[in-house]
Amino acid sequence: MHPAPSVIVFTTLSGLGFGLLFWLGFGLPDVSGWVAFVFFAIAFGLAVGGLLASTFHLGHPERAIKAFSQWRSSWLSREGVAAVGALVTMGIYAAALIFLDVKLAPLGWIGALLSLATVYATSMIYAQLKTVPRWKTSLTPALLVSISLAGGALLAGQVTFAMILLPIAAVIQVIWWVRGDGALSESGTDMASATGLGNIGQVRAFEPPHTGTNYLLREFAFQVGRKHSMKLRAIALGLGFILPLLLLFVPFGHVLAFLAILLHLIGIAASRWLFFAEAEHVVGLYYGKR
Amino acid sequence: MTTLPETTNRKLGLVIDLDTCVGCHACVISCKGWNTENYGAPLSDQNAYDGAASGTFLNRVHSYEVQPLATSEMPHPAAQLIHFPKSCLHCEDAPCVTVCPTGASYKRVEDGIVLVNETDCIGCGLCAWACPYGARELDAAEGVMKKCTLCVDRIYNENLPEVDRVPACVRTCPAGARHFGDFADPESNVSKLSAERGGMSLMPEQETKPVNRYLPPRPKDQMDQPEQIDILAPFLEPIVEEPKGFLGWLDKALEKI
Amino acid sequence: MTIQQPKIDTSPKVSDEIRKTTCYMCACRCGINVHMKDGKVAYIEGNRDHPVNKGVLCAKGSAGIMQVNAPSRLRAPLKRVGPRGSGEFEEISWDEALQIAADWLEPIRQENPEKLAFFTGRDQSQSFTSFWAQNFGTPNYAAHGGFCSVNMAAAGIYTMGGAFWEFGQPDWDHTKLFMLFGVAEDHDSNPIKIGIGKIKARGARVIGVNPIRSGYNAVADDWVGITPGTDGLFILALIHELMKAGKIDLDYLARYTNAPVLVNGDPKSPEYGLFLRDDDGKPLVIDRKTGKLTAFDKPGVRPDLHATHRAAGVTHRPVMHLMAERYLDKQYAPEAVAEECGIKADKIKTIAAELARVAFEEAFELDHEWTDFRGEKHAKMTGRPVSFHSMRGVSAHSNGFQTCRALHVLQIILGTVEVPGGFRFKPPYPKPVSAHPKPHVGVNAGAPLNGPHLGFVQGPDDLALKEDGSAARIDKAFTWENPMSSHGLMHMVISNAHAGDPYKIDTLFMYMANMSWNSSMNTKGVMEMLTDTDENGDYVIPRIIYSDAYSSEMVAYSDLILPDTTYLERHDCISLLDRPICEADAAADAIRWPVIEPDRDVRGFQTALVQLANKMKLPGFTNEDGSAKYEDYADYMVNHERRPGIGPLAGWRMGKSGLTHGRGAPNEAQLNSYIANGGFFVKHIPDASAYYKPWNKDYQDWAVEMGIYDSPQPYVFDLYVETMRKFQLAAEGHGDRQPPDHLRERIKQTMDPLPIWYAPFEDDNVDTSEFPVHALTQRPMAMYHSWGTQNAWLRQIHGRNPLYVPTKIWEANGFAEGDWARVTSAHGEITVPVAHMAALNENTIWTWNAIGKRKGAWALGEDASEATKGFLLNHLIHELQPPKGDGLRWSNSDPITGQAAWFDLRVKVEKADAPPESQPGFDPIKSPVAQGPNELTWKVGK
Repeated sequence: MHPAPSVIVFTTLSGLGFGLLFWLGFGLPDVSGWVAFVFFAIAFGLAVGGLLASTFHLGHPERAIKAFSQWRSSWLSREGVAAVGALVTMGIYAAALIFLDVKLAPLGWIGALLSLATVYATSMIYAQLKTVPRWKTSLTPALLVSISLAGGALLAGQVTFAMILLPIAAVIQVIWWVRGDGALSESGTDMASATGLGNIGQVRAFEPPHTGTNYLLREFAFQVGRKHSMKLRAIALGLGFILPLLLLFVPFGHVLAFLAILLHLIGIAASRWLFFAEAEHVVGLYYGKR
Repeated sequence: MTTLPETTNRKLGLVIDLDTCVGCHACVISCKGWNTENYGAPLSDQNAYDGAASGTFLNRVHSYEVQPLATSEMPHPAAQLIHFPKSCLHCEDAPCVTVCPTGASYKRVEDGIVLVNETDCIGCGLCAWACPYGARELDAAEGVMKKCTLCVDRIYNENLPEVDRVPACVRTCPAGARHFGDFADPESNVSKLSAERGGMSLMPEQETKPVNRYLPPRPKDQMDQPEQIDILAPFLEPIVEEPKGFLGWLDKALEKI
Repeated sequence: MTIQQPKIDTSPKVSDEIRKTTCYMCACRCGINVHMKDGKVAYIEGNRDHPVNKGVLCAKGSAGIMQVNAPSRLRAPLKRVGPRGSGEFEEISWDEALQIAADWLEPIRQENPEKLAFFTGRDQSQSFTSFWAQNFGTPNYAAHGGFCSVNMAAAGIYTMGGAFWEFGQPDWDHTKLFMLFGVAEDHDSNPIKIGIGKIKARGARVIGVNPIRSGYNAVADDWVGITPGTDGLFILALIHELMKAGKIDLDYLARYTNAPVLVNGDPKSPEYGLFLRDDDGKPLVIDRKTGKLTAFDKPGVRPDLHATHRAAGVTHRPVMHLMAERYLDKQYAPEAVAEECGIKADKIKTIAAELARVAFEEAFELDHEWTDFRGEKHAKMTGRPVSFHSMRGVSAHSNGFQTCRALHVLQIILGTVEVPGGFRFKPPYPKPVSAHPKPHVGVNAGAPLNGPHLGFVQGPDDLALKEDGSAARIDKAFTWENPMSSHGLMHMVISNAHAGDPYKIDTLFMYMANMSWNSSMNTKGVMEMLTDTDENGDYVIPRIIYSDAYSSEMVAYSDLILPDTTYLERHDCISLLDRPICEADAAADAIRWPVIEPDRDVRGFQTALVQLANKMKLPGFTNEDGSAKYEDYADYMVNHERRPGIGPLAGWRMGKSGLTHGRGAPNEAQLNSYIANGGFFVKHIPDASAYYKPWNKDYQDWAVEMGIYDSPQPYVFDLYVETMRKFQLAAEGHGDRQPPDHLRERIKQTMDPLPIWYAPFEDDNVDTSEFPVHALTQRPMAMYHSWGTQNAWLRQIHGRNPLYVPTKIWEANGFAEGDWARVTSAHGEITVPVAHMAALNENTIWTWNAIGKRKGAWALGEDASEATKGFLLNHLIHELQPPKGDGLRWSNSDPITGQAAWFDLRVKVEKADAPPESQPGFDPIKSPVAQGPNELTWKVGK
């Protein structure tokens, strides 16, 4: 899949933002006033910024409102509904906390769960796609949710949770990669099933239908070299999980915390780039690109 | 409306004959022409006269080389070339429909045609992600998803003579490799052709239940089978070895005429 | 939940109006329905009533709308202001343009008409353009057949009075086995696709003989991946097998061919090898009933294939004997040819057996009573359901003429020509050689040429030679180098004019011929010849006038450009006098008419020619009172009469008692009748005349009534071509007209009156161990010549062309996807992208023809993939063979017809570092038109 910057930025930032909102909803850390304002500002900035970034890849962002209508069947619609629900709920919760110094705890819990649901819905947009065997696994929501929670914990200064969640997310990430590498061949979809010609013999793409490019090739036929991918995986794992974890073991301060979060963000962005770039869409088979 | 109808009254679709398609791209351009001028936004082209041009097409012809496996009888089977037109298969369980967040994508109850209501499309591309066949292309100029409409604006069009109420690709196909009809009717031309010739679904494991069927190529290069020469040898039983003998035969043969 | 679908309009208005005309996106001439909205072209589809395409339309045809709005359309007449080749022009008015042309041409016409060379490329109005040239008085006129497929046309006409091409077709309704040789995927393309679809639906089988398994060969049930240039040998092996098994149609051979005709067997006679003839000049056979010498066409005669005639101690034998002697020889046994052809002996035998089985075991009869030319009545028509088709693949070799002849001999001995299930002619064919004109070169200053330029020679006396024996024509057609060059040799014009051999010319006038690019061999050399100057700094070819609708590569090399219209803006006639659109069951012709008016200052080339003729008051275009006969081409189409009652269009002529077809006086409303009828005219052949046409009395009478002939022209097929023997006799020293000594041996060897095979000349001229690989081009079905690639839709399908490499060569060079190869021939070198193809003869590489474009042409940007990754194979091919050390340069062509032998090419292939762009690269030429827009959202009815 084409690693579109808008989608990478969106999932990375909004995942982190909603992760932070999750913890804030449960009062972790238990903040109020200006400190709360700063925390919520960061959380909203990330979540909303991410959501806005995601509209850049739309052909008609001005019609985005229509995307809330199909929540009964579409994960993308559900994501939108959950995101708005989470943001509104947490907005009220935050406003009460900051300006009225009132903690509407149940509202926070609901907001936290809606934030989690948003990340889950996002993950299901990918995990539902049979056309991308690497994504079509319950490990995908596990991965995106665990990263969101771990990052959120990191950002929320929840060192203990972060120390637990970062390794969990890292392990899921590694398992997700390993499983993913064999997913296409496991899926049973190959050039033989794509063309129905496998019973004659070995099928190979000959002349493509067009010598130029097209939407399908731009969107689905992205290929990343094995060596390149391994390097990036190491960076994602190191920066996204291991280094922030190590930093948690040294006496904690704002500078180090900022560093840990920055490294985490870069690492997760790398992971997310790979998430798309390595994902093989079965349409590529028709072009012999698998 | 993003949910799929439980059933559709008819299942309109195409049979594509891989034994006959010569790969001429007639269907590709006829489709481009009709659908640029008709349903929805025109199918646009970028870099139209420079670089490697890129445009929106609803139907494209791939080609594949198939190398049969060697056997003891046929140690060096010749590779085959198969032209492979591909457009929307109007799946019964169309994943492109259910993923749509706005309801722009839908499957028609009356005939099963999968369509995009362009005024509702936000151009998120998720339907194209969900389609295993590459049947949908996001138009770069209009920002909406384009796909085969099975020429819904032709097949019922009372402004066209009845004989022309078929998709543009079917009407134009010079080799007659494309057939249009109702798969819900077992007596239809497409149902019968598909039954007779073993019509295939593409990527059945994706469980999309495509309506369109592909007729597999008939077995090729049968003359290379070693037994063929034995079967046909009697037709070449020599009458002579030498020109002189031939003349003798000629005389006798002429007597019989 | 209730599902609420949007309500959509399933009956939108399709168009305001449908205008029916004829497609011109290739040479197929399909009928099209042009849907108009607000006076603009909205959509193009095939015309269901049309005899050629019956409603279907190919990719090119449907893309016509992008041709009509192409940014590469020339906008006004152009006068060159920069040096030739620079592309610097200024726009001028038509008055000025025609005046310049007339000022150049009129002095030539008055003093030395041969100083004009007028060649019209892919013209489809040759009966008109040749008429113009004839009235101008120059002998130097031809179209592009010489580098296209003259071998196919000439071999067909010399053998059986008609050719494959679009001049005939398999009997699609009855054939059960269709064998296709060397067909690129273009000519007569929709009819062949329709036919293949039809027979496949019926379960009939297709055998494809082609080194490349693409297109029609890809759907063939059996593929014969033959080595290029060996088709003739393969066919002769099939003939060997069939004759050896006696699987030949003796009755057919005796009645309808010259197999029983007696050949002079006296080696001492000046007529050795010619036919024995009676006092009326009729070839003689022995009548099986009487045993006596008899004219072949005498009523009641039963020609004997076996009996010989002995006189004065010499035995004269029938052609059949010579054929037995020739083809039963072991040199043609499958085992002997297998390696050369790259086909296993068993496969050759299997195919021969299958041909025999289907032709004779599956024979059938149609209940059509008919009478043959000897007056014999036949109750039924015997069908032999084997049919053949072939085109450029076998034709563009130096052995192409003999190969095409061999193929015709194969179908004739099977008795499958003009019978149900076999190959059928389309009117105006069949037409014997004797009914065709001979070439004319009688030049008289200020007066018309003494007859038609092109034709079919019947012996050395008909050659186009001057009194000193030198070539009368600039292209050296109809000379000893290529005596039977019926289509002229367009590919030699520039090189001969540049060399001043046989003489210098003053003005080169061309139409639709992209000579400085894909329509020439040795492209770079041609560019140099076109721009070369003499010691005075003047151009060696002093003046070049060119007409094209588009900004092609050739525009830059011309001095004066007459901009043509697109095909929807013009009048044209697809005439029975020219290349018609008939079906085997019908005579048909068609028109084009302006369904839209040009939005530019352009004129149809034919109209420009009429206006130029009027300016010069050319005879034939001028009434006795000095006034112009025709105002424009439409006027000519309606009012010109070639012979009394016979005009360019056969439909809706004026008879004595109202409208009539075929013969009749001009009808002022004729074009309206054509338009009302969908742009074409069709007249069906009666059932009893549908087959056996060359010998069928009813057909012959029908053809006379239609004006196809002026009297019945029955004839027999020439298995043995006596004309060729006459050239051999001259080479052997007989007769007054003698070939130059250096050509004697070659004429003796190649002009064999019975088909032979010899290796392509290039194999002798280059070291085949250094250049072991054959290199071919094919034209894709979705792109035609140079007319298509600038088309915004089609260029997305074929915007560049890889070099296809077979597995053996792919692996030997360690090629991978994305690699480039250096391809070298004895003449040149190219470096180009490669792609792997397994379904390919293992010693052959190929690419799509004419995809590569020069920067600056066709209104394309300089990054256009056609220019950066596309390429021409033409750079590897020369119009001359490499020097042999005899001081002569032999042309790279068939020695009989002069057909350019571009498929003889031998190359070597090596892996190369990827250059930034395909090599050789050329500087961009300045474009006389603006580059096309980046984005297209073409919708007429918003």
